[in-house]
Formats: sequence, structure tokens, C-alpha cells
Amino acid sequence: MLQQLKKSLAITKKDLSIYYLRGPVIIQGLLIPAFLFISFSFKRDASIEFLFPGLLGMALFFAVSAVTPVIAPWETKMNTLERLVSSPIALWAILFGDILASVLFGLFITSFILISGIFLFGFQVITLPLIIGTLIGAFCFSSLGILMSAHPANQPSDIMLFSTLIKFPLIFISGVFVPISQMGSFKFLSFLSPLTYYIDLARGVVQGTSEFAPGFNLVILLLFTIALMFIAIKWHKRSLSKRF
Amino acid sequence: MSVIKVKKLKKKFGDFKAVDNISFEIKKGEIFGLLGPNGAGKTTTIRMLTGILKPTSGQAFVGKHNIQKEPLQARQNMGIVPEMANAYVDLSAIRNLLLMGELYGLDKRKRIKRAEELLKLFKLYKHKEKKVKSFSKGMHQRIILAMALMSNSEVLFLDEPTTGLDVESVRLIRRLIKKFNNEETTIILTTHDIEEANLLCDRVAIMNHGKIVAIDRPEELKKVIKSTNSIIVAFKEKVSQKDIFFNEVDRIEETGDKHRLYTKNIDKVISLLVEYSNKHNNEIITLKTLEPSLEDVFVKLTQKDKNASTT
Repeated sequence: MLQQLKKSLAITKKDLSIYYLRGPVIIQGLLIPAFLFISFSFKRDASIEFLFPGLLGMALFFAVSAVTPVIAPWETKMNTLERLVSSPIALWAILFGDILASVLFGLFITSFILISGIFLFGFQVITLPLIIGTLIGAFCFSSLGILMSAHPANQPSDIMLFSTLIKFPLIFISGVFVPISQMGSFKFLSFLSPLTYYIDLARGVVQGTSEFAPGFNLVILLLFTIALMFIAIKWHKRSLSKRF
Repeated sequence: MSVIKVKKLKKKFGDFKAVDNISFEIKKGEIFGLLGPNGAGKTTTIRMLTGILKPTSGQAFVGKHNIQKEPLQARQNMGIVPEMANAYVDLSAIRNLLLMGELYGLDKRKRIKRAEELLKLFKLYKHKEKKVKSFSKGMHQRIILAMALMSNSEVLFLDEPTTGLDVESVRLIRRLIKKFNNEETTIILTTHDIEEANLLCDRVAIMNHGKIVAIDRPEELKKVIKSTNSIIVAFKEKVSQKDIFFNEVDRIEETGDKHRLYTKNIDKVISLLVEYSNKHNNEIITLKTLEPSLEDVFVKLTQKDKNASTT
């Protein structure tokens, strides 16, 4: 187990070098949530205390799920995946390495948002629940990204389209721009999104009020993470032979 | 002592039998060739032996390990160059090697030492910091082969390692395959190049339609090949097929301005062609003998199998 985790770190280093630590990817990680935030908050009668947790959630969500869905189809297309899976590393360790790389990237991007919250708006966001929540949230959203790539496509564009169809609706049902208490009969949909619980947790820290207790949000996020990771590994195992 | 044991291995994709009930053993230190045309089942066999594909039935052992039950332990002792394999083109040559070293669990000092040794051996040392995307096809294939050798494995699977390469790279790779084999590495090589198999392999299995149609030493297989040689001939003035369809010729084909004559008696047919040329004052402008294609070998072997089964 420890040996396999060490091998996961090799995958993480490889992913960071190849996919993440590049100017366009970092800029995109910051720009997409910023543009969405500006577009949907412009001329709206909402306080910055309400909007900031949404921006934070979006930044984390987009940063960790930007690359993870395309790694498997990309490596299938580039003929590097077969080499990886034929070396003595377990499939779960490869996927965990991919998750870890995106988590590190997500935390890096989110730190920009947190720092701007502290220095521009004076929010006291460095709290234990939010730090733990951000860490669990990063693993959770990354696992969702990995799950999206379980379909044995070898064209990254196929998965990009599919992941966009999942990611954008999740933004709109997770209380980023509209409080879930005001979502009426669609409120139940927001409970299906892990992003809801992260944003609610952040809102509790920034605004002082939230829909659920911080502990509840953390537990649900953790359960989502475990479930998504488990399903992602299982589905990838099933689809692996169809990639070659 | 057998390093690889394959017992009644089968792989079906839907109704299609990609590999059909094959069994063989490979001894320690052997270079074993899997020959066959595209779609013969070679790559599927290698993918089952390396644990990437699950067999429909049958078993395969690498060393003491059943590849289905203990894939990680089995892979720890094997280096693999998959067909169409690629290195990470956005990483440098040395980073690709170090990544493989980490995946095989080598400590930092060992993996740096081994990577540098291999870069020197494959004549890539001065390019070690260059990204692989700047490499030529030959350099690319050399780094892929070096990646498979990072672990110092006892067993090496090479799936079409020289296909499409320039002569210099092919010679270097063949020389290194021999070198590693001399150091007791068992090598399983798939190729559709019968001459490559002849040069490198101790034994060869010929696959066709998922089955092993022959398994033997290359010289034994060459006896089959020799009996189906052919001659390409072109005359200055066009000749009719029937004029050169001598008794010793089994079959004749017209290809452009040339004729291809299939025969078991090369020497006699060449003499007859020269005699015809002199007699009719029609100069021979091309005359060459050809080794038969692998397809010819398969046809013959399959025919032999059919005859054997009906007698």
C-alpha cells in the first residue's frame, strides 16, 4: 500500500509537469470562475459576502475538474496509458496520483481567491472548517472529474463536451448565484451536488449564516468523496481493456 | 527452466476469437519471436501476458506469478515496450526514464545511475535534457526501449520494436536486444518481419487467425520458406507469359512490365530464362530472386495443417 502510494506521487509529479504547471492552464483556472462570477453578479442586488463563497467554490471546482476528465482519454490517444498500466502500479494508484495533482493545482488556484478575500474584503476565511472543507472539496471534485473520464473514449474532445454538460448545470444548482433557500421546487436538486455543501460551508464562515451546520457539510462532502472515488476506480477498471 | 508458461489461452471480443487456445513455454534466456500478419493475435497475446487484457479462458504465468491473480508482482519482473507505445513527449528523455524508475520502485540514486547508463547505451546522453517531442522517430523508439529496461527486468516484452525505423536505429536496437539477451534477459519479441525473427530469435511461433500454426527454430521454418521462392524478371522486349511458363514454374504473375515466377527450383529457372534471352536475342533488364512473403508461409503452413488433418 505504502509502495503504491509512493508510485502515486510519481504520477502526480508527471501530471503537474505535463498538464498543470503551464501558463495557459493556470490563467484559465483563474479566468473561468472570474468571468462567470462577473457575468452573473454584475448589477445584481447581492452582497459581496454572499457572492464571495460562490466564487471560491467555483474556483476550486473548475480548477480541480479542469484537467482530470481528459487525462485518461488524452493518454490513451497519445499511447502512454498502456505503458503506465503495464508497469507495476495499481490502477487505483494511477488514479490517486491524478487526483492528487489536481488537488494541489486546485489548492494553488483557490489560495489566490482566499488571499484576495482577506486583503480586498477583510474576510476572516482562514478557519479550520474551511481549510478542511477546501481540502475534502478538492478531493471530491477531482474524483468527480476522474469519474467523468471513466468512459473509454480516446478523444479528449468527447469527454470535454460531456464534462461541460455535467459541470455547468452543477454550478447553477449549487447555490453559487441563487441561495438554495430561494430555489423553490428545484431545491432538492441542489442536495445532489457536492458543490452545494462546500459553498454552504464557506457561506457559514464568511456570512455567519448557512443552510446546514459546518460539521454536516464536512461529513456529506467526505461521503461524496469516498463514493465518487470508489465508483471512479471501479468504472475505470471495467473500462480499461476497452481503451486498447 | 520455463520463465513463461501459457496454458490454453483464449481471448474473444464478442464472437471474434482474437486468440484461440494457444499454449507454449519460454525458457530462461531465450529470445522468443511471435510472428504474424496484422490481426494474427500477437498484440492480444502480449497484452494478456502483461495483464492488460483479461483472457476469456486459460492461464499465463510469468516466473512464479499467475498474471491474472498477481499482476503487480508479475509486472515487477518485466519490462514492456507495447505496440505503438509512446514516451511522454512533453518530458525530457531523462525525466521519462526517471518516471519509469519510480514506477518500478527504484530508489533515487539507483534510478539516476540506471537512467544515465541507458542514455549512454542508446546514444541519447547528449539529448538527455531535451523534450522527447524534439526527437526523431529512431531516437523516440530508443528512449521507449530504454524506458522498458529501467527496471533491469528478467523478462522483456517487445511489441514490434523496429517497425518503421531507419536502418541505423534498427541495427542499434537489434544489437542491444542481443546484448541484453546475453545478460540472461528473456525476450519475447513480436514482429511481422521474418528476417528480424531469423536474426534474433532462438525460437519462433507463427500466429494466424489467433492460433499458433507453427512453433520452431527459425532455420526449420526457413526450410518451408525456401520451397516457395520466386523470381522477378523483365525483358527489353515484351514477352508472353506462356513463353516463359517453363515446366519448373508453379505459377506465373504479370506485374507491370515484369513477370513473377514462383518455383521450387530457382537455379534451373534462372538458367532457362538466360537461355530464352540468348535464343531470342531479348536482353534481360531485371532479374532478382525474392524471399516469399509471410503470407506465402502462412498459406503453406495452413495447407499443411489441412492436409495433415485429412490424412
